[in-house]
Amino acid sequence: MPRDTSIHSVLIIGSGPIVIGQACEFDYAGSQAALSLKDEGITVSIINSNPATIMTDNVIGDHVYLLPLTCESLEQILQEQKIDAVLPTMGGQTALNLCKEAEERGIWQKYGVRIVGVDIAAIEKTENREEFRQLMVDIGVGVAKSKIANSFLEGKEAAQEIGFPLVIRPSYTLGGSGGGFVHKKEDFDHALSRGLQASPTHEVLVEKAVLGWKEFELELLRDGKDNVIIICSIENFDPMGIHTGDSITVAPAMTLSDRCYQDMRNQAIKMMRAIGNFAGGCNVQFSVDPATEDIIAIEINPRVSRSSALASKATGYPIAKIAAKLAIGYNLDEVENQITKTTSAYFEPTLDYVIVKIPRWNFDKFKGANTQLGLQMKSVGEVMAIGRTFIEALQKACQSLETNRLGLGADGKQSRNLEEIMYSLEHPSWDRLFHVKDAMSLGVPLESIRKVTHIDKWFLVQIQELVQLETELKRYSLTNIPKDFFLTLKQKGYADAQIAWLLGNVSEDQVYAQRKELGINRCYKMVDTCAAEFQAQTPYYYSTFEDENESIVSEKKKIIVLGSGPNRIGQGIEFDYSCVHGLLAAKEAGYESIMINCNPETVSTDFNMADKLYFEPVFWEHVREIIELEKPEGVIVQLGGQTALKMAEKLHEFGIKIIGTSYNDMDIAEDRGRFSDLLKELDIPYPRYGVAESAEEALEVAHHVGYPVLVRPSYVLGGQGMSIVINDEDLEKAVVKLLRNLPGNRVLIDHFLDRAEEAESDSICDGEDVHIIGLMEHIEPAGIHSGDSYAVLPPFNLPDKVLADMEEYSKRIARALNVRGLLNIQFAIKDGKVYVIEANPRASRTVPFIAKAYDVPYINIATKVMLGDKKLKDFNIVRKLEGYAIKEPVFSFDKFPEVEKQLGPEMKSTGEAIRFIKSLEDPYFRHLYKEKSMYLSK
Amino acid sequence: MINYTKLPAVLLLEDGTVYHGKAAGKIGTTTGEICFNTGMTGYQEIFTDPSYFGQIMVATNSHIGNYGIHHDEIESGAIKIAGLVCKNFNIAFSRKMSDVSIQDYFQDQNIVGISDVDTRSLVRHIRDKGAMNAIISSEILDLEVLKEKLATVPSMAGLELSSQVSTKEPYFSGDENGEHRVAVLDLGVKKNILRNFDSRGVYAKVFPAKTTFEEMQKWNPDGYFISNGPGDPSAMPYAVETVKDILAADKPLFGICLGHQLLAQANGIGTMKMFNGHRGLNHPVKNIITDHCEVTSQNHGFGVIPDEVRKSDKVEITHLNLNDQSIEGIRVKGKKAFSVQYHPESSPGPHDSRYLFDDFVAMMKK
Repeated sequence: MPRDTSIHSVLIIGSGPIVIGQACEFDYAGSQAALSLKDEGITVSIINSNPATIMTDNVIGDHVYLLPLTCESLEQILQEQKIDAVLPTMGGQTALNLCKEAEERGIWQKYGVRIVGVDIAAIEKTENREEFRQLMVDIGVGVAKSKIANSFLEGKEAAQEIGFPLVIRPSYTLGGSGGGFVHKKEDFDHALSRGLQASPTHEVLVEKAVLGWKEFELELLRDGKDNVIIICSIENFDPMGIHTGDSITVAPAMTLSDRCYQDMRNQAIKMMRAIGNFAGGCNVQFSVDPATEDIIAIEINPRVSRSSALASKATGYPIAKIAAKLAIGYNLDEVENQITKTTSAYFEPTLDYVIVKIPRWNFDKFKGANTQLGLQMKSVGEVMAIGRTFIEALQKACQSLETNRLGLGADGKQSRNLEEIMYSLEHPSWDRLFHVKDAMSLGVPLESIRKVTHIDKWFLVQIQELVQLETELKRYSLTNIPKDFFLTLKQKGYADAQIAWLLGNVSEDQVYAQRKELGINRCYKMVDTCAAEFQAQTPYYYSTFEDENESIVSEKKKIIVLGSGPNRIGQGIEFDYSCVHGLLAAKEAGYESIMINCNPETVSTDFNMADKLYFEPVFWEHVREIIELEKPEGVIVQLGGQTALKMAEKLHEFGIKIIGTSYNDMDIAEDRGRFSDLLKELDIPYPRYGVAESAEEALEVAHHVGYPVLVRPSYVLGGQGMSIVINDEDLEKAVVKLLRNLPGNRVLIDHFLDRAEEAESDSICDGEDVHIIGLMEHIEPAGIHSGDSYAVLPPFNLPDKVLADMEEYSKRIARALNVRGLLNIQFAIKDGKVYVIEANPRASRTVPFIAKAYDVPYINIATKVMLGDKKLKDFNIVRKLEGYAIKEPVFSFDKFPEVEKQLGPEMKSTGEAIRFIKSLEDPYFRHLYKEKSMYLSK
Repeated sequence: MINYTKLPAVLLLEDGTVYHGKAAGKIGTTTGEICFNTGMTGYQEIFTDPSYFGQIMVATNSHIGNYGIHHDEIESGAIKIAGLVCKNFNIAFSRKMSDVSIQDYFQDQNIVGISDVDTRSLVRHIRDKGAMNAIISSEILDLEVLKEKLATVPSMAGLELSSQVSTKEPYFSGDENGEHRVAVLDLGVKKNILRNFDSRGVYAKVFPAKTTFEEMQKWNPDGYFISNGPGDPSAMPYAVETVKDILAADKPLFGICLGHQLLAQANGIGTMKMFNGHRGLNHPVKNIITDHCEVTSQNHGFGVIPDEVRKSDKVEITHLNLNDQSIEGIRVKGKKAFSVQYHPESSPGPHDSRYLFDDFVAMMKK
């Protein structure tokens, strides 16, 4: 059926604030879907409470509603807009749940809105564990033995029948919340009550655990004519037992025979057909017994998911974009193939490369958290890497993680503690992958590793090859490594820095130079969905070491934007937002815009955003070689958070132009000592501080600056390792711990302005003028990380003199630092005096928020200013905000029930929402204000 | 085994292009027409597919051999490809059900291959330059010698190869008490076609390529199946005659791949050598009778001439390729005869088109 012409206006529901299990992949999906519908001349309305999303930008939606995701908000929209259809499949479980609630309350019916892309009955069938299980049995698809329980007693009966180990899966929860494995009878009662509590319907499924089976996912698309295609097969490196969001995954499936794969494909199609007759995307998870190759279905999600974002990036097939077209009636064979532009969207992508996804965890932020991986997702972000072999992709993924690793080991960070390693293999956490290799290096037999981890032998053999190569490399010195062997090392994903470490006594640059001398260069291959069978023009590349380079460098002036890598606490979707706007602004300014990033969840890695996308680690060696190939006018480091900013030093060292503020000026802002000197010079107050390299020095400093003090390492993100201490004893402990975790680092000790108020400013400077983007006042007193504070735009409680001082100091610092582009400053206000706490010479977390609240494209303006394309006076900036906008932090503590929900100087929130209030009389605001000190830690 | 310790090997194309790599499989030299397959699973089924006889296959999938070799997952008794070109030739495998490694399998069957080749660059080259002959060697690295050897290899166009892969003696497949009897003209038949017949209660007798209609008729079959196979259909007048006779007798007929091309020829429609064939597991086809789409497994370097099909008053088009609009299926007007260019038996590949076997069985019921 061609497009349904009765649909003129569609509402897309977003997924709200970022929480563990639901991140910016839904911004990617929502943005794609909106653009795809707009292409068809459809008016698109969007509801999302998350201001840091691209989908809530004017460039995406026609009518954007930054409102809480509630039925009341939906009604408000439906009263204001004539909506023909709602598309709830782009906003994760949150959007589906809201859609369902509105359906139950008769809202859609009342306003004559059709639900497209899914049917409610289908959601019901997939979310209700018992109904799903019964359906699978009816259609002849295998499932693990299980029983539903609605009470404690029923749960106990079920366990008795099924036996241990078993799994508890609560119905209707996100990211496996409240679920888990139970190995022993003693642990069952506790797990059961937790599961029953987690489920909104107090229902759990007690299921036989298929520990050690292999786990796979398929991504499907179906149209209204029931044509089905499989976009991608994904294999989990970590077998059953670890949530797929916490598993290392590989595409295409590496260890499946055609017989087994086709069996899975048939079952997936059968399952999708069985749950309902809807057009759109669908994700199906399977488990395979490695011995018999029996397949059982784990779950089916009739919507766009984290895995479909990964599959889109892995294959180049834009699932959400096409799913949106299918939702409004098109058939797959009627939609244009986005890659070839000459054929149809009805085809299955084929890959001539391998992708590896590794999750990124932030356990350091959740003290006391159970760090063992299981059924409940705990990671906060992920990276994807592309290579021509599995191992190349795996090492590139390790380089993308930004966990201070140079690849899979070979960097001096290996563990040699066999006991620790063996424990880790059996109790998987974030570092198990590394320990697998460490175990091999220590001579643990592959079979022993396989037995405890159940990781497929094929993967283990690939890793073992690395250990063999490293042994071989030790026979050489840098100058006598045979070219063929050197090439093999690079093809296996080794960074020059790893090779340098393995050789010892040589630097990364020497390895680089020797490699170039031998003529071993990176080349770039295109991601084209068809393994080069057809000509394609997708500007989407990855690097490898082979003969032919496909990335043809144009004659145009180019700008490279460095992305922010994996999402983590303190650095998330806000920086993706900034990068996307940076790319678009650079294009508008006449440049070819080039993106480098490795986060598959993002909009910035959509190959339609930049003129050219390099899906590569934001890791010096990779960045450097792209720069050497593309020879850009300069590199933008201000938009990709601390990840991109950290590259500034290297860029500077190699004489590569940094767009905007210079390296030296940025370094002044980042270096506590230099920055304080500057503040002194500018006559700006700052808290007394000192620097220490040992606990003894720290005590001395603390006595000098006076307790309470704020202790933190220099150069960190999101307040990592920060604490406030009030006496010598605590200080000693804090400093010893910091120096142990971050050896070689210096410790900063600031006098902590107790009971001060906190505020921050964002500004743009063009070298002459300074424009204050906005001032935000925190509701909580100083001591809670700015990312975890409720904050109000504009300030609601600060005297005019204070506001004037903040503006004046911002301008003074911006000019002194010679800022070209963005500057964020954190203030503490005590007894009417304004102190500067820190300055960040880059886009901050708050700029997207302010841009949304004031409806001004600040990143676009800042980028053009950075590029020197325009001056501030060229813009007519008009702020549109009635009343106030409140930034609400959102936490994912439900994933870590054992962690205290105490807030402090270390950031813990995963996301944020925006809420507009007309006046300070607003009851919501009054409530917040009253409770402002509740969560402050001692 | 680590790559760099492997012996060097070389791949030389007819147009003089050279690719260097490592020896895979047996050490030796092999020649054939180079083609690429884009499938991501089912390498073993592809190696043993008789339609690949005489061809050097480039696997675009980045790893080959990962899940080993299983004695049951074969499409004929032996490897039929002339040689393999791939990126990663994985000797280690993990599949518990597999018997041997790809290296042992190749060694055992004297198959020469080359790995560690920039296969993507090679595919782009063949895609732009078209099908051509090639030589792989892991024993001779002297390009001049290889050039001479390559020059003696005949072009695929005009080659009759079916009789080389066909059974020498007739044999039976399936349950002799099956509901229907089908005479299979073996031009290089894949085992999975026979399995598909068997699972539908069809008892098949498989005849050598050059068997005549009279000969087959003696067995009194309910229908005739013209199989897939290698080579140029225009070099097989004997088979065209057989098909014509079947049509004249108005018996149910089903043709796959080469069988499709022969059915076209029997109706006066010409065939041609394609610039690049279709080889992979993801080819989109639309059934224009039902308006439903199917993802198909394909392997052909020759095709029917689209204009001649469209002009023909004897046949009508049933299936079209959504990528290039080539003719994927026809049926003969007023007869119980139809054929498809792709492989509904797949293996490897999606099972979307298995309904065609049901259609054929239904046709025999009437």
